[in-house]
Amino acid sequence: MSDTSSRDLPGYAPFDPETQPNWVVPDYHSSASRSPGRPAIPLVQTLSELTGPVYGHGAVQPLDHDLTRNGVTDGAPLGERIIVTGQVLDEDGRAQPDTLIEIWQCNSAGRYIHTADRHDAPTDPNFFGGGRCVTDEQGRYRFITIKPAAYPWGNHPNAWRPAHIHFSLFGPAFVTRLVTQSYFPGDPLLAHDPIYMGTPVPFRDLLVMDYDPEVTEEGFALGYRFDIVLRGRRATPLED
Amino acid sequence: MRRRQTPSQTVGPFFAFGLTPGQYGYSALSSIADGTMAGPDTPGRRLRLEGRVFDAGGETVPDAMVEIWQADATGRYPDGRSNTGFAGFGRCGTGTDPEHRFVFETIRPGPPGDGQAPHLNVILFMRGMPRHAFTRIYLADEAEANASDPVLSTVPPERRGTLLAAPGSRDGVYLFDIHLRGERETVFFEP
Repeated sequence: MSDTSSRDLPGYAPFDPETQPNWVVPDYHSSASRSPGRPAIPLVQTLSELTGPVYGHGAVQPLDHDLTRNGVTDGAPLGERIIVTGQVLDEDGRAQPDTLIEIWQCNSAGRYIHTADRHDAPTDPNFFGGGRCVTDEQGRYRFITIKPAAYPWGNHPNAWRPAHIHFSLFGPAFVTRLVTQSYFPGDPLLAHDPIYMGTPVPFRDLLVMDYDPEVTEEGFALGYRFDIVLRGRRATPLED
Repeated sequence: MRRRQTPSQTVGPFFAFGLTPGQYGYSALSSIADGTMAGPDTPGRRLRLEGRVFDAGGETVPDAMVEIWQADATGRYPDGRSNTGFAGFGRCGTGTDPEHRFVFETIRPGPPGDGQAPHLNVILFMRGMPRHAFTRIYLADEAEANASDPVLSTVPPERRGTLLAAPGSRDGVYLFDIHLRGERETVFFEP
């Protein structure tokens, strides 16, 4: 038996159908065969959904947030050093403290360390491309990394993914889980990318970082800001 | 100020070194979780869950990631403060098993105490899926508890079987395949 009941825990707002992509995005060809065919069944949130995995500061090693240092073998990684920082909030603007953020990305040549990546671009012996951190009490996070590059993929003839960083977040409950990708401002490939374009207008911009001179560090790295918004609380308790 | 939810984007084909590095043999990053959720000292009855993910054409998906969130043997969801070492969370990619199965070594969850039958909560991610999908795993040999489960009762009777893990040939082994489409399409939830 649990010593809390679902009455003691907040319910969470549903997926926002205006900002979230559909399961099937026609121009993203693999979505046709890799998504459920029938509509999902609405589920009243129970303890199972209102609780969630707890990974706090103990889950993070000292260099996990610094991708320019956590994969080094004999020198510094090649490419443009950047800082990516932001705040994790919910829809009501509440900061989300102590939440784990995991990121992964390709290197400055457009090549992932993943053994399944067959793109003919060099790997970098000093860049791994994975990292994580936990948000502080104001929900803030900060990564240091190398700007990833575009790379080709097989979705359609001459298809190239815009440079992006993958983000994975837990938030306070099982239902606040979010996996997304963040893109760089002004990238001409965005308009040609069916994954990015699968997000409804006008909310695609929520996936694009802002260049921020305040974050940029003199003589060291360009700074980008990317705030992340998770599902908020329900306006009224579920039971009423 | 009201903010709008950050849109989900697919986990893509190359998540393994970032999210499941240990399972896939990447040593630069440690794993926060993998398919081994319980050790020999974890209180409870052993439960080994095995399954595969099938796409719309019936092909096995070799690059999916399955996450599990479950209560402990007493029905309590871990809150990070207990000393049992059971985190209740597991994560497994389908890319390392020769048959592209996901495998979780865990314990049988207890009933959460709010009228629900014992179950495991599942999130499914994969390349081609712009946002993740939620489902649940119930145990087929909990027929009585399943019959009164408030969530199962919202599922059309003819589809409830897609949420039941069936006992396998060995003790403690349960089989649960996920079908994205077709006659056996798994029930997905929108919590």
